[in-house]
Parts: sequence; C-alpha cells; structure tokens
Amino acid sequence: MTVYFMCLILFAVGIYCILRKRNLIKIIIGIMIAEYAIHLLFALLGYRTDGRAPIFSPDEGIVNMVDPLPQALVLTAIVIGLAVTAMLVAIAIRIYEKYGTFDITKIKKLHG
Amino acid sequence: MEPNTHNLIPLFVILPLAGAFIISLVGKKVRWISDVLGNLVTLSLVIASVFSIFAVSKYGILVYKVGSWIPPIGIAMVLDGLTGFMLLTVNLVAFLCTVYSVNYMEKYTAKWSFYTLFLLMLAGMNGVVISGDMFNLFVFLEIASVASYALVAFGTEHEELEASFKYMVMGTVGSLLVLLGIALMYSYTSTLNMADMAIILAQKGITRISFFVSILFIAGFGLKAALVPFHAWLPDAHPSAPAPISAMLSGVLIKTLGIYTIARILYNVFGMSKELTNILLLFGALSMIVGALLAMGQWDLKRLLAYSSISQVGYVILGIGLGTPLGMLGALFHLFNHSVFKSLLFLNSGAVEYAVGTRDMRMMGGLREKMPITGCTSLIASMSIAGVPPLSGFFSKLIIIFAAVQAGYIGYAFWAALVSVLTLAYFMSVQKNIFFGTPSRALAKSDGRRVAKWESIKEPPVFMKISVITLALICIIGGLLLLPALSGNFLKAAAEVLAAGRAYASTVLESIM
Repeated sequence: MTVYFMCLILFAVGIYCILRKRNLIKIIIGIMIAEYAIHLLFALLGYRTDGRAPIFSPDEGIVNMVDPLPQALVLTAIVIGLAVTAMLVAIAIRIYEKYGTFDITKIKKLHG
Repeated sequence: MEPNTHNLIPLFVILPLAGAFIISLVGKKVRWISDVLGNLVTLSLVIASVFSIFAVSKYGILVYKVGSWIPPIGIAMVLDGLTGFMLLTVNLVAFLCTVYSVNYMEKYTAKWSFYTLFLLMLAGMNGVVISGDMFNLFVFLEIASVASYALVAFGTEHEELEASFKYMVMGTVGSLLVLLGIALMYSYTSTLNMADMAIILAQKGITRISFFVSILFIAGFGLKAALVPFHAWLPDAHPSAPAPISAMLSGVLIKTLGIYTIARILYNVFGMSKELTNILLLFGALSMIVGALLAMGQWDLKRLLAYSSISQVGYVILGIGLGTPLGMLGALFHLFNHSVFKSLLFLNSGAVEYAVGTRDMRMMGGLREKMPITGCTSLIASMSIAGVPPLSGFFSKLIIIFAAVQAGYIGYAFWAALVSVLTLAYFMSVQKNIFFGTPSRALAKSDGRRVAKWESIKEPPVFMKISVITLALICIIGGLLLLPALSGNFLKAAAEVLAAGRAYASTVLESIM
C-alpha cells in the first residue's frame, strides 16, 4: 500500500511542478516526473510479492510469476513518452531562440 | 460472414503510414511526389471507408485479429457502424484538406514534411477509431497528438511555438490521465480488450473504481476534445496552424480523440449511469454557452472560429449525454455537419488570409466582389452552422433540441436554442465585416500602395476552389442524409451502436467465434 501512496506523491509533485513553475525546462521536468509516476504505478500493478521474473523455462512451472503484460505496456509508454519529451524540448529550444528566455511570464504574445 | 472483407480494416492505418514513410524518404528530392502521393492516399482512404460502410451493412460487425491471435488475448481491430461513420467523416475531410494544400502549402518551404506529419496524424486518427483494444487506442491517440503538436508549430514563428508548447503541456497531461485510467482498469479487470472488459465490468456492476476511472477518462479525453473547463489550449493552437491543419484539428481531430473516445468508452464499455449523464450534460451545456460568448468578442477570424468549435462540440456532447437514440442520432449528425462546415470556414479563412495578408476582421470588408466563390461558400457555411433552415446544420440542431425536450431536459433545450441565436449573431458579424460592407480603410485608402493591395486581391488558385466548393455542396445537400434510404447505413447504424450500449461486447465476441 505504501508504494502506491508514494506513486501518488510523485504524481502530485509532477503536477505541482507543471502548474507552479515558470521555467519551460522545469515544466518539462514536471511532465516527466508525472509520467514516470504513472509508469511506476503501472509496473507495480503487475507485481506480486516474492514473484520471479516472467521467463518461461521447461524446468519451472508458471507459478509465482509477476505479470509480464504491464511491463510490456510500460515499455511502449516509455517510448511514447520519449517522443513527447523530445518534441517538448525541441519546441522549448526554438522558443528560446525566438524570445531569448525560458520564463513563461515573458512569453505571452497570445492571450488565451 | 464474407471471409476476406475484414482484411480491409488494417489498411486504414497501413496506407497513411506507408504514404508518410515514402514521402519522408523521397519527398525532399522529388518535389511532385508529396502532392501526388498525399492526395492518392487520402482519396483511396475515402473509397475504402465508403466500401467499409457497405461491408458493415451487408455482413454486420467485422473484426480483424492482429497477427491472428484470438482477441481477448491478441489485439482486435473492430469495424462497426460507428467506426464506419467516423472513418468516412475523417477521411473525407482529410482528402479535401490535402486537395486544398496542393496550392496553399506552396508558401511554406518544407511541403514534404507537412505531408508526412499530416499522414501520420491521419494514421493515428484512423487507428483510434478502429481500435478495439484499450492500450492500442492510447498508442494511436499519442501518434495523432504528437503529429498535431508538430503541425501546430509548423510556421515556427513566435505565436506558433508558444501555442504549440501550451497545447503540448495540456495534451500530455490529458494523455497521462488516460494512461492512469487504463492502468487502473487493467488491474481491475485483467484485460485490455474493450469487449472483454465490458463483459467483466457488467458482471461486477458499477463500483467506485469504475466510476473513478470514468471520471479520469472524461477529464483526459475532455482535454483532447476541449470541453469547457479544459479548453484553454484550443483558441491558441487551432488558429496558429496552417489553414488546412486548422481545418483538420477543428474539423475532425478533437472529435476522434475526444468525442468518439468518450462516447465509445462510456456507452459501450462502462455503461452509462445517472451521474455520468449529468456530468456530460453539464459539460456540454457549459462548452456551448461559454464558447459562444467568448466567440462574440473576437476580432481575429481564426480565433473566432476556434471558439465557435468549442461551442459546437458542446452541442455534440449534450446530444450524446442525453442517452436517447434520437439524441445520439442528432449528436452524430451534428458531428458530421460540424466537421464539414467548420473545415470549410477554416479553409476559407486561409483563402482570405492568403489574399489580404491579415486575420483581423477590422482590416477587411467588401471582399465579396473580389472573391465571389470564397464569399458564397462562407455564407453557406455560416448559415449552416447558425442553423438556418434548408441547410444541414439546422436539422442536426433541431434534432438535438427535440431530443432534449423529449428526454425531459427543457432547460438544456432552451440553452441550446439560445446559443443557436448567438451563433447566428457572431457569424452575421463575420459576414458583415469580411465579405459585405465597404472595404476597410486599410484596404481602400487612396495612396498608391493600398490601392495596389486592393487590386491584387483575387480568388484562390484552382485546387483551393475545388475543395471549398465540394464542402459547400455537402453543406447544402447534407440534410438529405436524414432521408430513410440514406440514413439507414450511415447515421442510424452509427447511432444504433451507441444506443445498444454494452450489447457491443457480445456482438464483437460472437463475430470472433
């Protein structure tokens, strides 16, 4: 139970970082923290106490294995997260070239 | 069931992916290939989606097993009435947008990268619609989203980059909520297949966890659909993109990633409850009213159109939230109509910007004599979106209002009718400021440079004309889709899938056996 709460705390740290920080790079870090919190939760959901690695071999039965599916899904999600992070950083660099700052209070040509 | 028809299904993802791949390889060197290939791919997708609608009406629901694994374990792609309806809407608008981009995108340098991203986005959207598996839906959702983040920033100017960053942060948070929901649902039901999940959830009944996950999905997909509490990114992101992309984003992207997913998951997988109905109705009505009020204060043409998208999406969510078959029919019909006339309006705003060089409505006026086709088609689209009788928008709004009255929500029906009047008001102001009236001083001042500018305003090139005229024709004859002969396979089949609710699961599983 404690680990799930720690995931929640990690997620909250990430969301806090997205909402409160003024630096573009810190916002990106916040997104990554929130993302990792969810990946961690997803991987933990497939874990069972004292489980072994989900590798099938003839001399061992399928007992007490952790669930391999969440691990595969988290791998996919990590790759997607990598693409999004790369995109975010690329745009942040272009913004820095145009505006000369990472401070979001100074980047406001739009008023939405 | 016909043995080979279901092999059609993966084509909707493979074709645009292959097109994007080839264009990115050779498009830089062989310039004509990106135009030709981009249009060929979207045209063949339109043909395939028409064919798929007939296939569904003939053989019923079709399921493709990816890699021949039997679905509850393997991945399924499902083609039913709702999917066929969405595929035709998405690919039709995409085709007309690529036709339009042949001329419009000349002013950007990297046309090949535009087409690559466009086809990737299309592959993602088609994938979201045909996926029968929760996690696959998430993957396709992210493909479409990442491509659209890049397309919003396509101009790489100050505003575009800022809008893209804002869109990306909000969109990523939305995706995270969806992923969290999928993780919780997997641990609760031990399956990712939608049909299987629906059956297990039906056995367990509505519990606190399934309610919590529905809320996560409404928030996550609501961020993608720009429902009102989550709408802040849309008025920046949609106007910043090039015109054909604005048309795609407002026309179909927010509907496939937001509305379709909400409707499919809440109705076919989770099953609706009283609380969820109330939440959807509230969000729908809020989006409708707030979007229309914000649109009234805009002078930037594309921002006005973006706010109006929020308002019209509110109508669709309201209709879907009602939960009656009539409400769903109206909502889906409005979804189709809105993707047609909103993409037409965005394409025309591109033509106006192309000619005048600004988006500020105070700097225009009297363009009707110079651009009769653009003026006429915009008038048709504005009338249709405002709900003037013979045009398609009137029928869909009428059905939604009727359905609201029939379901006993008189208050919501009243707001829907009132917002329709507001819509008419701000589209009248668009027509007056841009196409009718006298040219503004900025255009018609009699010093030499300004006169030269007025003289230089002319109709857009031929491909842009073809695309807007086709869309205007669909707007005019769109009302005919309600005739029983036509609506049976298209609109009714789609509404029936939603109205059937959890029976979706047993139909899918039966067709696998």
